[in-house]
Amino acid sequence: MNPLRLVWVYPDLLSTYGDRGNALVLERRARLRGMPVEIVEVDSDQPVPRDGDIYLMGGGEDLPQTLAARRLLADGGLHAAAERGAVVFAVCAGYQMLGMEFGGADDAPVRGLGLLDIRSGRGERRAVGEIVADVDPGLNVGKLTGFENHQGVTQIGQNARPLARTTLGTGNGDGTEGAYAGRVLGTYLHGPALVRNPGLADLLLYWAAGQLPPLPPQAEELAGRLREERLAAVTPAN
Amino acid sequence: MDDNTQQPFRLPMRARVATTVGGAAATVSRLAGRGDGSVIGGVISLRLAPDLLSLLATGRRVVLVTGTNGKTTTTKLITAALAPLGGEIASNIYGANMEAGLTSALSRAPDARVAVLETDEKYIPAMIKATKPAVVVLLNLSRDQMDRAAEIWLLARRWREALENAPGCWVVANADDPLVAWAASGAAKVTWVAAGQRWREDSWCCPRCGAHLQRDGDDWSCRECGLRRPPVSWLLYDNEVIDPTGRATPLDLALPGRANRSNAVIALAVAEAFGVHVTQALRELRAVASVAGRYTQVSRRGCDIRLLLAKNPAGWLEALDVMAPPPTPILLSVNAQGPDGRDTSWLWDVDFRRLRGRPVLVGGERRLDLAVRLEADEVAFRLVNDIDEAVDAALTVAPNLEVLANYTAFQQYRVALGRVQ
Repeated sequence: MNPLRLVWVYPDLLSTYGDRGNALVLERRARLRGMPVEIVEVDSDQPVPRDGDIYLMGGGEDLPQTLAARRLLADGGLHAAAERGAVVFAVCAGYQMLGMEFGGADDAPVRGLGLLDIRSGRGERRAVGEIVADVDPGLNVGKLTGFENHQGVTQIGQNARPLARTTLGTGNGDGTEGAYAGRVLGTYLHGPALVRNPGLADLLLYWAAGQLPPLPPQAEELAGRLREERLAAVTPAN
Repeated sequence: MDDNTQQPFRLPMRARVATTVGGAAATVSRLAGRGDGSVIGGVISLRLAPDLLSLLATGRRVVLVTGTNGKTTTTKLITAALAPLGGEIASNIYGANMEAGLTSALSRAPDARVAVLETDEKYIPAMIKATKPAVVVLLNLSRDQMDRAAEIWLLARRWREALENAPGCWVVANADDPLVAWAASGAAKVTWVAAGQRWREDSWCCPRCGAHLQRDGDDWSCRECGLRRPPVSWLLYDNEVIDPTGRATPLDLALPGRANRSNAVIALAVAEAFGVHVTQALRELRAVASVAGRYTQVSRRGCDIRLLLAKNPAGWLEALDVMAPPPTPILLSVNAQGPDGRDTSWLWDVDFRRLRGRPVLVGGERRLDLAVRLEADEVAFRLVNDIDEAVDAALTVAPNLEVLANYTAFQQYRVALGRVQ
């Protein structure tokens, strides 16, 4: 069996806070199902391989975000992979970069990768804190729970759909959170967003590898407890 | 360095009233058991005289110490290294490192001509303006509690601007940390120290132009814009310090770990700026055995416990380096209260795989976050509710226990163990 190739794009520029967690969660959930996994870390001075199965992009400050977008446009590897139907999952600054444009260091619009029909700019206030959102029912993923830390506002165009509707937190700024189109998906949940959202991790694995056998319940227990604890901590009792 | 210690100085009346009232509030706070009182005392004093910190700093030789990790320890080491100067040294030894804490430290020591002040990395530009320091120490810069702190490239740029506008200030900086080196190179006078850099995840790229940095051991350079590691005059080499004359001297500190040896070399460089010789300063540094409860050994029901505090991935990496070898059990503990940062994502930046196969206990208010993290690294562990349960578990395998906790988790254990110093 060919290993599932996880390509982590530019950890040298885009890895602000625990972004490695997404690669580790995908790796674990694939291995527990008997799928071999290879994690490929691609620094910003290397070409992005075109034959990956899942591409991961993390968060970053304004300047690294602008530099990363410029290099990815020049490199073309990520675009070639996405065209082939590879899965792309990006958080926070990486999510903004997937779009048509985003706000750079001095608020001037910067050209994005154009892989997702969204446009981002800078909002008035920084959104920092726990976020909870109900995912598009068509995706069959439970509630999103995570942490956001950004000042972005994102508008979703006609060729993309919101990933979720926020019940707590800011997300895109208009009551929606994240976006997806085809197998390209982004979210403002920052860092290790898949840790508390194993359903979302499995969606990415399903897109890349097809039907997945269920995991043994004990392998899900701790992540399930953490998820419940975090949701209970921020949901008012009623 | 300008020596203005000979001139007598008196606080203006406004400053004296403000510090007296603030001091009284601090005493009340201490008696009420709400910490050491340095913040509340400082806050009240500042309300009475907003420019109090500048007034209090006037006429003293001030050292500001900043960086993501090692501020408290380095402040203590510098204070110790300057002891041969004689006379009182003002210092915020309890780690209250914003304006109120600095004000409180200076007002508590009205006769001290030298002040060594730990300063929060976000506040350093304002504190440079207010205290007109003789020396600014820049230790390191890495990701830390970004739900409340500024992003670090931005922080480096603010440091640089502040130092460019403070031509009278002498900077002692770690040349091995590219972000620090770039920030410090804006200053008029810099003593460069090769203090090492264990955590590199925040400096793979050039802080000036963003290109991927070339790295060779501790050396680094940018192929695009030419920024490079500056030539150093002080060097940490294993357990030895190499001073600007090229002489190697063993450090032999009581404090554990590479990070503390690095802090000590910085302290020696600062001491030299004050005219204190390495040999004299080193004697003082070797006598420092604990810092505000950190590294302290305490005994509980026959179990020897050592407490280590670290607040972010770089700090945890350094702390895991100094852990006693197996089979000594390790208790890891994480909270996410305000002072810790409310976001636990940083746990995913720490590589825990080296703990595989040794007894690991997991505690703190966010123990489930830590548990899921360890599970991903295939580290076996046991959840515990408090320090006593951890001691019980430890005693089944060994007579000692290493504790690594982040800020409020550490303070909770410290209180449970009787406010160890």
